[in-house]
Amino acid sequence: MSTFAAATQGTLPFPILTALIAAPALGALFTVLSSNKRPEITKLIAIVSSVFTGALGLWLLASFETGEKGFQFTSKHEWISDWGIGWNVGVDGISLFLVVLTGVLFPLVIVGIDPHHNEKRYLSWLLLLEAGVMGSFLSLDLFLFFLFFEIVLVPMYFLIGGWGYDQRIYAATKFFLYTMAGSAFMLVGIIATAVLAERDLGFVTFDLVQIAEGASFATGTARWLFFAFAIAFAVKVPLFPLHTWLPDAHTQAPTGGSVILAGVLLKLGTYGLLRFGVYLFPEAALWSREIFLTLAVIGIIWGAIAATMQKDLKRLVAYSSVAHLGFIVLGTFAFSSQAMTGGVMQMVNHGVSTGALFLLVGMIYERRHTRQIAELKGLQKVAPIFAGVFMVVMLSSIGVPGLNGFVGEFLVLIGAFPTARWWTVIAATGVILAALYLLWAYQRVFHGEPDEANAGFRELKLREGLVLAPFLAIIVFCGVYPKPMLDRIEPSVEALLERVELVTGYAAPEAEPEADVAVSDQGGEE
Amino acid sequence: MPVPVMYPAIDWLAITPMIILLAGAMIGLVVGALTKMWRPSAYALLTAVLAVAALAVNIAIWVDINSDGPRTIINDALSIDHFTAFVWIGITISLILVSLSSASFLRRESMDGPEVYALYVMASLGAMIMAASNDMIVLFLGLETLSIALYVLAASNRRRAESQESGLKYFILGGFASAFFLYGVALVYGATGTTNLGGIADVLSTEIFVRPDDAMLLAGLALMLVGLGFKVAAAPFHFWTPDVYQGAPTPVTAFMASVGKFAAFAAFVRVLVSALSTRSEDWRPVIWVLAILSILVGSVLAVVQTDVKRMLAYSSISHAGFILIGLEAAGHAGDVEGIPSMFVYLMIYAVLVIGSFTVVSLVTRSGDARSDLAAFRGLGAHKPALALAMTVFLLAQAGVPVTSGFIAKFGVIKAAVVNDSYAVAIIAMVASVIAAFLYLKIMVSMWLADDADGSAPTESVRVPWTAGAVIFGAALFTLVTGVWPNWLIDASRDILALVN
Repeated sequence: MSTFAAATQGTLPFPILTALIAAPALGALFTVLSSNKRPEITKLIAIVSSVFTGALGLWLLASFETGEKGFQFTSKHEWISDWGIGWNVGVDGISLFLVVLTGVLFPLVIVGIDPHHNEKRYLSWLLLLEAGVMGSFLSLDLFLFFLFFEIVLVPMYFLIGGWGYDQRIYAATKFFLYTMAGSAFMLVGIIATAVLAERDLGFVTFDLVQIAEGASFATGTARWLFFAFAIAFAVKVPLFPLHTWLPDAHTQAPTGGSVILAGVLLKLGTYGLLRFGVYLFPEAALWSREIFLTLAVIGIIWGAIAATMQKDLKRLVAYSSVAHLGFIVLGTFAFSSQAMTGGVMQMVNHGVSTGALFLLVGMIYERRHTRQIAELKGLQKVAPIFAGVFMVVMLSSIGVPGLNGFVGEFLVLIGAFPTARWWTVIAATGVILAALYLLWAYQRVFHGEPDEANAGFRELKLREGLVLAPFLAIIVFCGVYPKPMLDRIEPSVEALLERVELVTGYAAPEAEPEADVAVSDQGGEE
Repeated sequence: MPVPVMYPAIDWLAITPMIILLAGAMIGLVVGALTKMWRPSAYALLTAVLAVAALAVNIAIWVDINSDGPRTIINDALSIDHFTAFVWIGITISLILVSLSSASFLRRESMDGPEVYALYVMASLGAMIMAASNDMIVLFLGLETLSIALYVLAASNRRRAESQESGLKYFILGGFASAFFLYGVALVYGATGTTNLGGIADVLSTEIFVRPDDAMLLAGLALMLVGLGFKVAAAPFHFWTPDVYQGAPTPVTAFMASVGKFAAFAAFVRVLVSALSTRSEDWRPVIWVLAILSILVGSVLAVVQTDVKRMLAYSSISHAGFILIGLEAAGHAGDVEGIPSMFVYLMIYAVLVIGSFTVVSLVTRSGDARSDLAAFRGLGAHKPALALAMTVFLLAQAGVPVTSGFIAKFGVIKAAVVNDSYAVAIIAMVASVIAAFLYLKIMVSMWLADDADGSAPTESVRVPWTAGAVIFGAALFTLVTGVWPNWLIDASRDILALVN
């Protein structure tokens, strides 16, 4: 038995992971049922349930066993027993911070952003979305994962379609159909995985760990299955050339929707590639790594060039997402401990910095009712604090040392260099391009003398400042002291890599000796 | 001394549901004709009570088969097995829902009276006979009882020319389809020497059967496939569906799409799996093509429609395709997934489609004419609960998780994958994305579109309690089955053993 099966039972007296999914779901239910005449009560319910979920997330972080590589706090119950489907949730180093990020982002969005109309419906959809995202990150059952992965589409569709900008219905529909098309292949893949695994296991199950441990797929079959999964995730990431839904969805979505979309929804793709793609089908993932590396690098360069060209500030940030997610995919398919850890960390970093950027762009739009870069000018003069916050967030997005973006990107690049040298070389230029488009945008928007329209630009309000403060805190903390985060991510990544080595005979490059003890242990076994 | 007459033993329990419906329809029609107009909803409630009584007996039959085992009755004419009981339960549930959803509709359209309900009940009786038949001729009897009632029902709104047109089109094309089917029965009889399904299966499993007869058998099979393909509205025999569904009074459309499909798919299973399973290599590829064509045609053509009833008609074609995937799976040797997945799908779809069409019947407003997308505008703002229920139905039809529609789709796709039919699984799933666009269009109309050009009807939508109860019940079923489908899946496992 490998280490993955030895999942540790959490020390908490109640199923915290189930609570993480149930709390926002119940919140959504109660907001729907709340009275139309008392909007403040609806809002209170939403705030309480999302803050409670966030607190549970932080509690989870605090009670997480550092250095443990298996799944923790697992709970498993039979559900549709005829089909071998169970309520099976667990968390490990790869999903931990995404769960925490989800828990932290939603209350900030709910508190910080006004939907302007139909607030009750908006809040219900948002909470349902949170439940779906939590469920996707926590599921260890293929069926359950697919269920949450798909259900996420519905609230996001309505959020974009109901509270977005001019082209919102087009963007929402495109988002829904693109993602659903990807999922169509994944559903067939999931069923086929379970059906084929049944032939090895002797019983039907959708349990991720049981399938990975017990089933052995023929090489060709595994590659097909891997691609069925990978298409769904590639759309979600989004990987070039399946990324065209993203700029539309981001630009048309309301600010809250954009923050969530960039912050956590896109991570479903990169997370899925790691958790399901690489874990279930290591050989296929390794075999096809050059395709993914190439697409990732194209995404990095393409996203950067496209971002440079944008006239709309929000679209610019959207394209920068394409580039940043390219780094995460590069890290994933570099198949080295450092790069993968960096990739996981970058998932969180991107969520924080791009989420904050979308918040700031939303605030600019609230004040000026335009997002066109050409119409904005000299904001630094009239709103210096706002400009300062924007600067810090932007630098984090560029990846300046001392801020969180640097750690992730650097780890990805340094880890990918030995295993994917030329891809890394090209990707590194993406960092420079990021500096180019973001700094240039900053210069055009904030520098210079404000013209008449921009002279009245309001300074950051207290509420806005309080919403942005946690973002800034995470950006600086993770930039200066990333060790606690890396310590929790790394063992799980090592275990995943160990499995790749075990199945395929691939030898990952040794990490720095001081990086982790697990590596030297593994060296001893060989 | 007189020779004692040998009476066959009568299985009273098994024929009670049919007696209830037949007697109810007859007595209702006569009494209804002789008395003055009853109070509002009274006809509908009586029909619902009849259907509930039949449903109760059907459940008793299901339980009885658990203890006494499946059997054939009336000299091998009908099979009483779990399959029959399951379909009967589905038909009676559909009858309850449709009759309740018709109550306020028929009053609004000044069509109230015993006739429509009597026709519902007679059609359901025909559907039940079809589902249980163990003989080609009995099957044809059931088919005609169902079809003739449906022709009249489609044309029952005398004030709307579209309804007349719908009835006439359905009648002419349906008559052809019945003729095809009957000719097929004749050829199969010619080839095998029997019309009994079990007898056909026996003849075909012996080695005496020789090639020349085989050609006749295959021709008969092909003709029967045409007839049944027409009844389930599978492409390329689907051309009647949009016109008939659009023109027929909306609750009647719901009835056709639920009870009609139940019966026709049950007949499909009886003929293909029960009688002709030894020839599955011959019919399976045909079903494969029908399934793929139906899914593609249904999804693609639905997207370009602007009328919601037409959209749902095309989507019902694509749903028929999905159910045919299960039938295709059932054609593989030793398959245990196909038939259960088909009837789980049908049970779920019947409730969904009745719920959807009930909402549509309210939205069409007086005259039953406004079924265009514009009629749905602003429904989310004015009738949020109704719009929410419709959203649940639409999402379920699109196969979004946590709704019963996902369970249905999952079942048939799984049945296909288990039998290594990956191509059909992938084509079906991709086509369902196209179909999703259609459901999104209706949702956009309800929730997101603003009435810019003022083409939305000014008459507000009223929700009478009977229709409201049907919609609520259907939505609840959709969500509950989506989360907790165990009971339905368990029950569907039992229907696998067909007796003949």
